[in-house]
Amino acid sequence: MTTTVLPRVNYLNHEHGVASWLLTKDHKRIGILYLIVVAVAFFLGAIFAAGVRMELTTPQGDLVSADTYNKLFTAHGVMMVFFVLIPVVPAILGNFAMPLMIGAKDVAFPKLNLLSWYVFVIGFLFTIAALIFGGVDTGWTFYTPYSSTASNSNVMLTGLGVFIAGFSSILTGLNFMVTIHRMRAPGMTWFRLPLFVWAIYATALVQVLGTPVVAITVLMMALERALGFGIFDPRLGGDPVLFQHLFWFYSHPAVYIMILPPMGAISEVIACFSRKNVFGYSFVAFSSLAIAVFGFLVWAHHLFVAGISPYSAMVFSFLSFAVAIPSAVKTFNWTATLYQGAIWWRAPMMWVFGFIGLFLIGGLTGLFLASLGLDVHLHDTYFVVAHFHYIMVGGAIMGFLAGLHFWWPKMTGRMYSDGAATLSALLVFVGFNLTFGPQFILGYLGMPRRYHVYPDEYQVLNVLSSAGTSILGVGYTLTAVYLIYSLFRGERAGANPWLATGLEWNNTDSPPLPHNFSDLPVVSEGAYEYSKRGMKVA
Amino acid sequence: MPNGAAAHADHHGHHAHHPALQHHFESLEQQHEASTLGMWVFLVTEVMFFGGLLMAYLLYRVWYPGAWAEASLALDIVLGGINTAVLIASSFTMAMAVRAAQTGRHQHTVRWLILTMALGLTFLVIKYFEYAHKFELREVPGPDFEWHGQFPYQAQIFFSLYFGLTGLHALHMIIGVTLLAVITWMAAKGRFTPEWYTPVEMSGLYWHFVDIVWIFLFPLLYLVDRAHGVAQVGV
Repeated sequence: MTTTVLPRVNYLNHEHGVASWLLTKDHKRIGILYLIVVAVAFFLGAIFAAGVRMELTTPQGDLVSADTYNKLFTAHGVMMVFFVLIPVVPAILGNFAMPLMIGAKDVAFPKLNLLSWYVFVIGFLFTIAALIFGGVDTGWTFYTPYSSTASNSNVMLTGLGVFIAGFSSILTGLNFMVTIHRMRAPGMTWFRLPLFVWAIYATALVQVLGTPVVAITVLMMALERALGFGIFDPRLGGDPVLFQHLFWFYSHPAVYIMILPPMGAISEVIACFSRKNVFGYSFVAFSSLAIAVFGFLVWAHHLFVAGISPYSAMVFSFLSFAVAIPSAVKTFNWTATLYQGAIWWRAPMMWVFGFIGLFLIGGLTGLFLASLGLDVHLHDTYFVVAHFHYIMVGGAIMGFLAGLHFWWPKMTGRMYSDGAATLSALLVFVGFNLTFGPQFILGYLGMPRRYHVYPDEYQVLNVLSSAGTSILGVGYTLTAVYLIYSLFRGERAGANPWLATGLEWNNTDSPPLPHNFSDLPVVSEGAYEYSKRGMKVA
Repeated sequence: MPNGAAAHADHHGHHAHHPALQHHFESLEQQHEASTLGMWVFLVTEVMFFGGLLMAYLLYRVWYPGAWAEASLALDIVLGGINTAVLIASSFTMAMAVRAAQTGRHQHTVRWLILTMALGLTFLVIKYFEYAHKFELREVPGPDFEWHGQFPYQAQIFFSLYFGLTGLHALHMIIGVTLLAVITWMAAKGRFTPEWYTPVEMSGLYWHFVDIVWIFLFPLLYLVDRAHGVAQVGV
């Protein structure tokens, strides 16, 4: 039954016009605003990636110059890290779903929430301006002296963009943390919280504690570049390795800003589509916090070949192995949840299966890089590139898409085509593995990252990788097509199309009411009581 | 906003809401708790923000103790000391302003707030003269930096961190004074009651935080190896 008019008042139709969106304080609308900007950033980042992969189909540097190539991979990295991966789940799904899930009318500071979006957009525009004025060639890590004395590209503008966007992340983390502490509905105790909320909370901790450090670091780099202070310049008594320490003190925990929220979304989807309580709920909840805490103690594994002492390298190697424990707790508990579950083969679950497989490979190859001896061989090779793409794209983006497909009916009130979504999950899975699988081998064989020419013997694997990229591109494009199509022609979803537990499914409509709930919800049971409700399907 | 919130509350059928209660909170108490927690979390982010610079300070102080002692002696301990006293006094007046708001004495609140702002501005004026003197002496890092001591490069790093830390602190002071101006205006209009004076209290937290940062910066920058240095100069 396709209807063109939504018959009742909801958050999408209770106000109209551009101003009602740009001045909204509604967390649900702000989530949609983030979705739009992040989608644009993802599209741009993907274009830059396509440029990189096209250049690498041949061993010669025949498509772009070395400088342009540097700018392409830098633009790809900056766009994807700061404007896609960091906001993608917390700012989109977190904003939309978290207050609903805890039974709040809104986040604690709605105006600050809107401000965060504007700050994010301003940072994004500065970065776009840097690209338009000729790009930046330092790599997304801004290592000195690339960024201080050795580059004549738009380092300042890009740095400013990243600096500004960082404050958006800080404010969002602060807002969510206070919301989860102070805005829970009566009866919504900590151990009745959905695991997505636990993940968002752990993420907020990292955002609040880590992001200010990268902000001040980028500021120091900018001052160094503009005025030649010498803080990071060994000729003037400074230490470039200090920059790397400060940078990774944030940027390694930032990996957990990117992966923890998708992990939370995975827990929601896996419980719903296995029709079971999540196995070992409290272990999964605390593993999020453990990842957030351990995440702050491993940054120097990025510096194993930068001249740190063997003693500290050993400590950081050990701690890096330790992060695998809470990550493994999650993975084992998800598979234990599947065990003897009534698995419902619908599109969100397809993305979950993709996530678990790819995250597993990404996580285990991380242990290779945490090993001191192996890292000397693999450092700055394509092995590293493949490893973090398995975590970031195979993990974070797949997890985001699982969550997006799960909550899409709630966000829009419409269903998308399950067949098309399943096909697209499959395409992305195949395309992804074809793109990044060969890169593990390339890296092991010694192909360094960030070069636009390479010896002939690496060509076959590079061509495979580039071919995979085109399948990946088709998969993502298909996702965009059927999701947008569903906005206009999708079936009406009804309040709870997945028969899921949770306040957002059971206590409000799809799309939700402007102020979320008609009556304040009161919670009397845990988050995943699928068995109690007799909600077996399929 | 307060009017809108009140109208909204009526629409929901509740009654006798405080005009400051925003629609998404159930009670003033919940709203106050949220603001307080939010402010403390914000101050934690501030600690981390200064923390990056302090990390650099720590590293180079350990590496270059001689240069640190030499460069630190070039700072004006009298002006720095006066400023320390000024800020401690301003923390006292700020605390009194919060107390006055809590007990509902509007006139007192306004007076203590104005006094706090005056002390904050005093600090900034003194800081301006300190900075100006450094510019005259060309002890500002950059292409024109001049240093006649033993360790010119390392001294430049010291002054980079000096200007970075105190500059960031001064920026926070400027934001603080601006914030207090708004709060004073609100207090003068009688917006605060003993039931709701959250903005005064939050500005107070911020103000005390900025003061505490200075309490760390003063010894770290002005008092490095001072006794030893003075003894050397004395000889």
